[in-house]
Amino acid sequence: MTTTNSTPANDALAEAVQIKHYTPMQLAWRRFRKHRMAMFGLWLLFTLVLYMLFGGYLFSRGYCAPINEELSGEEYANCTDTSLKLQPPSAAHPFGTDVIGRDILARTIYGGQISLLIGISAAIMEVMLGALIGLVTAYYGGWVDNVLMRVTEAMLIIPSLFLLIIGAHFFGGGLPTINFFGRELSGGVVVIVVIIGLTSWMYLARIVRANVLSLREMDYVSASRAMGASDARIIFLHLLPNTTAPLIVSATLGVASAIISEAYVSFLGLGVQGSTATWGNMLDGAYRYLETAPWLWFFPGTLILLTVLGINFVGDGLRDAFDPRSARHL
Amino acid sequence: MTTYIVRRLAQAIPLLFIISIILFALMQSFGDPVAMLGRRTPPRAEDKERLRRQLGLDQPPHIQYLTWLIGNDWQKIDMDGDGIPETPGVRKGVLRGDWGNSLVTRQPVIEVIGERLPNTLILMGVTEIVIIFFSLALGLYSALRPYSKFDNIFTGLSFVGYSMPVFWLALSLMYIFAVNFRRWGLPYLPTVGMFEPAAGKTVLEVARHMILPVTTLAIISVAGYSRFVRSSVLEVLSQDYVRTARSKGLESMRVVMRHALPNAALPFITLIGLDIPFLLAGAVVTERIFAWPGMGRLFIDHTERADFPVLMGILMLIAVAVVVFQIITDVVYALVDPRIRLN
Repeated sequence: MTTTNSTPANDALAEAVQIKHYTPMQLAWRRFRKHRMAMFGLWLLFTLVLYMLFGGYLFSRGYCAPINEELSGEEYANCTDTSLKLQPPSAAHPFGTDVIGRDILARTIYGGQISLLIGISAAIMEVMLGALIGLVTAYYGGWVDNVLMRVTEAMLIIPSLFLLIIGAHFFGGGLPTINFFGRELSGGVVVIVVIIGLTSWMYLARIVRANVLSLREMDYVSASRAMGASDARIIFLHLLPNTTAPLIVSATLGVASAIISEAYVSFLGLGVQGSTATWGNMLDGAYRYLETAPWLWFFPGTLILLTVLGINFVGDGLRDAFDPRSARHL
Repeated sequence: MTTYIVRRLAQAIPLLFIISIILFALMQSFGDPVAMLGRRTPPRAEDKERLRRQLGLDQPPHIQYLTWLIGNDWQKIDMDGDGIPETPGVRKGVLRGDWGNSLVTRQPVIEVIGERLPNTLILMGVTEIVIIFFSLALGLYSALRPYSKFDNIFTGLSFVGYSMPVFWLALSLMYIFAVNFRRWGLPYLPTVGMFEPAAGKTVLEVARHMILPVTTLAIISVAGYSRFVRSSVLEVLSQDYVRTARSKGLESMRVVMRHALPNAALPFITLIGLDIPFLLAGAVVTERIFAWPGMGRLFIDHTERADFPVLMGILMLIAVAVVVFQIITDVVYALVDPRIRLN
């Protein structure tokens, strides 16, 4: 590791050969930077996030005929002008318009924000659930381990898209709109985050459990127990920090799979309803216009592809950076 | 070996019970199946009440679960709502082979699933063969030229491949090969269904309709699996016995095909073995887009109508298949790889 015994001889040696000491995080970052695809993915994501955050100021403004007003921002993205429905891409609407005449470019910007929000929140939920269940089962063992691991197996056996669909029905409907950083979000956003989070933690829980099972036997854990540390302290202060690598990798890749899951569920008509745009619900029903209006599905679909691609590149780079042994085989 | 299989089966039984309880609990929230029945002419209130009693939906969830599981043919049920049970129950329960009847079509669940299962199996079976062939071929080819131009390009492409949302790929392929090819006057592929009603369900017709969905599903899986094959071939090629074979003067092709590939393919067998049961589930999104009358679409259609006996049937069928194939895969793996001992 990076800490060496600080004897005078060692210090002199370090000075003589100018050994630079890196923390594990710095080492990982150095390896990550050499990963060309991962750096490409990082730039791709950076560009996409810029597009989502600031694209609205540039591209989302225009005249909204039905209310006879000049609009900007999200209001323009929700401006419905049925006389302009299904317009092909043009100078005024570079990505065309949808079935009720809303500007698709503006909607991809605001929809992207929501899709990313869904992706990140669902990944956070996945990581919290997966880490908690993995830590608890490995640390306590016994019947807790038995019961929770059987539930994990049971959930792994049911195809996840089926679980998502049932979950969407289970929690669907009846949630009020909520206010999030000054934006109105329909309750469906919360529902979709919860169902994706609840149906994706299983692999991570297994990885964490396997990791903690070996960590738990180490001397430093026995030592802290002998010093009277509580279970919670051992779990969260001594065990959790040593399994961060799989957590970071899973969290990253989890964002990608949550964005795709949201799109699938919405594509099947079970996703976020209402005027809140997401990349997923922009696709809802778009396949009916395969021939007549391909821009309906092409632009949101391509943005999903680029985002997921960027995240997968970064995730792969992170995995190699944290676990140098695996790098040569991928 | 026998004791191993028996023990695994014994472990599987409680697992399947847990799955069925989780699923049944989730199904309870599907809203009122009876309310969804008469779409255009909603049934009268007293008819609804009668229907609910007839279908056993008036019972508390745990009784409904028990009826689903072991039946109710030994007891009498109260059909006319006067509080006195008078009609003998007819359900036998899943454990005795009665999966119940669809709430929508009143057909036995077995029949409803039986109609769709062959369609899904033919689509997914062909897809799996295509996936296995191309994953092995492409994975092997790039493993033999690691970090070459082909390998690097293919690595990038495979990332794009498995980052693709299924619907995006499906719609793009349809747009190119069906819509635009027809516009350009080229021979074009059909997009939806299994066959043209006019042409009938001939082998050629079904095969033509399968090209696009199979390609869609295969591209995404091959992207991931070929990487897996590549890394396991690379690992095997660096081992001593391969070097020994080479240094004996064996020709390169023979070393790869006879010595390296069989060992490299072992983990791939596990991957495929664990994949097979999910073939039964079909592909929900792909079947929806290509209007393929398979299990995935059956699931979606009956979810919308809260038809929980059919949904339970589909999901439990998949669950049993997964559990059985996990055991088969482990046993086969131990048989082909003598280094592994089951105990």
